[in-house]
Amino acid sequence: MITEMTYAEAARLALEQEMERDPRVWALGEDLGPEGGLAGQYRGLQEKFGPDRVVDTPISESMIMAAAVGAAVAGTRPVAELRFADFALCAADELVNQAAKIRYMFNGQSRVPLVTRQAVGMRGGTAAQHSQSTEAWWVHIPGLVVVTPATPADNHGLLKAAIRCDDPVVYLEHKGLWGMKGPVDPDAGPIPLGKADLVRRGDDLTLVTWSGMRVECAKAAEMLAREGIAVDLIDLRTLWPWDREKVFESVSRTGRLLIAQEAVRVGGFGAEVAAEVGEALWSKLRAPIRRLGAPRTPVPFSLPLEEACRVSPEQIVAAAVEMTKGKT
Amino acid sequence: MSRVSNQAARVLGMLRTMHVIREFEEAAGRAWHAGHVRGSVHQYVGQEAIAVGVCANLRPTDYISSNHRGHGHSIAKGADPVGMMKELFGRADGTCGGKGGSMHIADFSIGMLGANGVVADGATIAVGAAQAIKILRQDRVAVTFFGDGAINRGPLMESFNWAKIYNLPVLFVCEHNGYAATTRTADVTAGEGFVARARSFGIDGESVDGNDLLAVDAAAERLIARIRAGGGPAYLFATTYRHHPHNTRDTGNYRTQDEIDRWKQKDPIARTTAWLLSQGVAQEEITSIENEARALIERAFEAALVAPLPSPSAAYTDVQDVGAPQ
Repeated sequence: MITEMTYAEAARLALEQEMERDPRVWALGEDLGPEGGLAGQYRGLQEKFGPDRVVDTPISESMIMAAAVGAAVAGTRPVAELRFADFALCAADELVNQAAKIRYMFNGQSRVPLVTRQAVGMRGGTAAQHSQSTEAWWVHIPGLVVVTPATPADNHGLLKAAIRCDDPVVYLEHKGLWGMKGPVDPDAGPIPLGKADLVRRGDDLTLVTWSGMRVECAKAAEMLAREGIAVDLIDLRTLWPWDREKVFESVSRTGRLLIAQEAVRVGGFGAEVAAEVGEALWSKLRAPIRRLGAPRTPVPFSLPLEEACRVSPEQIVAAAVEMTKGKT
Repeated sequence: MSRVSNQAARVLGMLRTMHVIREFEEAAGRAWHAGHVRGSVHQYVGQEAIAVGVCANLRPTDYISSNHRGHGHSIAKGADPVGMMKELFGRADGTCGGKGGSMHIADFSIGMLGANGVVADGATIAVGAAQAIKILRQDRVAVTFFGDGAINRGPLMESFNWAKIYNLPVLFVCEHNGYAATTRTADVTAGEGFVARARSFGIDGESVDGNDLLAVDAAAERLIARIRAGGGPAYLFATTYRHHPHNTRDTGNYRTQDEIDRWKQKDPIARTTAWLLSQGVAQEEITSIENEARALIERAFEAALVAPLPSPSAAYTDVQDVGAPQ
C-alpha cells in the first residue's frame, strides 16, 4: 500500500527490510543507536537487530570504512554510515585504495559488497566542512558505483539495490531532502542502478540533474512551462553508471542540453555528461550545451553568501530561455 | 624421522617453509635485477621465522592480511609459490592473473586476504574481517602482519581501539625490523613504541625475538589459543631484521655493513638448523629439505619465464559488475 513518508523514513524502511531479508547485512557508523542517525534514518534499528548488527562506532572514519571493507571480503554486506560526505574524505584511502581495487587487484577472487552512505549538500548554513557535494570525486574511481537518490521512493528502492549490489557503492543522500515527503510503496523492490528517471516530458530542452538539485529543476521546469518552454527533466539517480541511453534519446529529440548540479561546476559530473553528449550528438545540437553549478569556492556560512553559491530555479530558467530563443 | 621428537618433526616442517620463502625471495630479487619483474620487490629474507612461526598455528579457515613485504606471509599460509612467482612475472596464470604483482598477492582459498601497498591498511582490513567473524559467529581468527613503520599511522591506532572495544578475534603481529622504508623508526617515533601503544588501548601480548622460530611459535600458540577462546585482540611484537634493503630499488646505504653482519649472525634459518641438529635430526635430512626448496623455486622461476602473458582484454575485467568498462 502506497504510504506517504519522508526521504529519511524511506531509507530507514529499506535498510530494515534488507536486514530482515539477509542476515549478512549490517550497519556501522557514529550515532546510529541512540540518535538513530543524523535524520533518524536508523531509528529503532539497533533495538530491533541488536548492537552487533547496528554498530555504534567511535569517531574513526578510516576504521569505519576499513571495517566495512574487511567484513565485506569476509562474507558480510556492511552499510557504512559516514554521516557527512565531508568526513568520508578521512576514509578516502580505505574507499579508493582498498574497497574499489580489491576485486581487480586480486583478479576477481573477492567482491567488496559494501555500501557507504554519505550525506551531501547544503542545508541551512552548515558551511564549508559540512556541505560539500563530492559525487564527482567518487565517479572518477574505477570500481565504485555512485548513487544519488532525490525522492523518498528512490531512497527506498535505490538503497535496496545498493545493498544487494556486489560492488562497493557510494550512496549519497542529500541533507536538504531528509524531511521531504512523498509516496513510497513499502513492498517495492530495488530500483535498477544506472537507470535515470524521466521526471517530466517536453521536447524543447533536456534538463539533466541529480540529487537535491532535482527539486530546483522541477520548480524551474514548471516556470518554463508557463512560458511555453517544455523540458525533458531527467534525474540521473545513479552517476556511475549513468543512463546514457535515456539522456542521448532525449537530447536527440530536443537538440538542447542544460545540466544543473549543486556541486562545484569545474570538474563536476555535468562536465562528463556534456562531453559525452557533445562527442556523440554534436550534429543534432541546436544550441551549445550549458552547465550550471556552484562557483569554485568553499561553501560559505552566511545566508546571502551561501545563496550566491547556489544554483536557483531562476538561473535554470534564464539559461533555458536563452538556449531556446527562437526555437522552432 | 621416527628417532626425533614430535616437536623436532614440527620444527623441521617449519624449516622447510622458511627455506621455500628464502629461496623464493632470493629468486625474486634476481628476477627483478634481470628485468623479468616490473615495479619493485620487497624481500622478506631474514624475517622468515615470524610468518612461519605464526602461520603454523593457524587453520586454513583463519584469515591473514599482510603488507608490502608479503611473500613470506602468503607462502607460510599455504599459497603456491609457483603461482606467486608467475604473478611477480606478470603472467596470466599468476596468483592474481598478473593484475596485482608483488605487493598485491592474495589467495582467498587459503584465507590470505591480501598483501597491501598502503602501510597499516592490511591491519584495518583484518580487524574488519574479525568483525565479520564475530557477526557470523564463526570459529576463526584473523592475523595481520605489519612492520614497525606502521605504528605511526593513525588508522593503526584506530584499529587497536576498534579491535578492543568490540573484543574481536585478531592478532596484531608487528615485525620490528628497525626501519620505516629507509628511515630508522626509532628516530621518528615518540614515546615508547609499539608495545606501549598497544597496551594503551588495553591490548596485551608478548614480545619475542623474531629470529627465534621456537619462541615465535610458542608465543603465537599461546596468543592464538587465547584469541580463539574469546579473549579478544592481542599483539605479538617480534624483533627482527631484513637482510636486504627496503626493496630492490633501494641501495640500502643507510645501514652499516657491521649492522647487517651482526644480524646475519642471528639468522633464523641457521638458528633453527642448529637447534634441529641438537635434537638429533640428521644433517642430510636438513640438506635435503634445503635442496628441495631450491629445486621448487628453480622450477617456479623456469615456469614463470615461459608462462603466457595475459591477454590485453583482461585489463578490462573484474573492475565491477554495475558500470563495468565497455
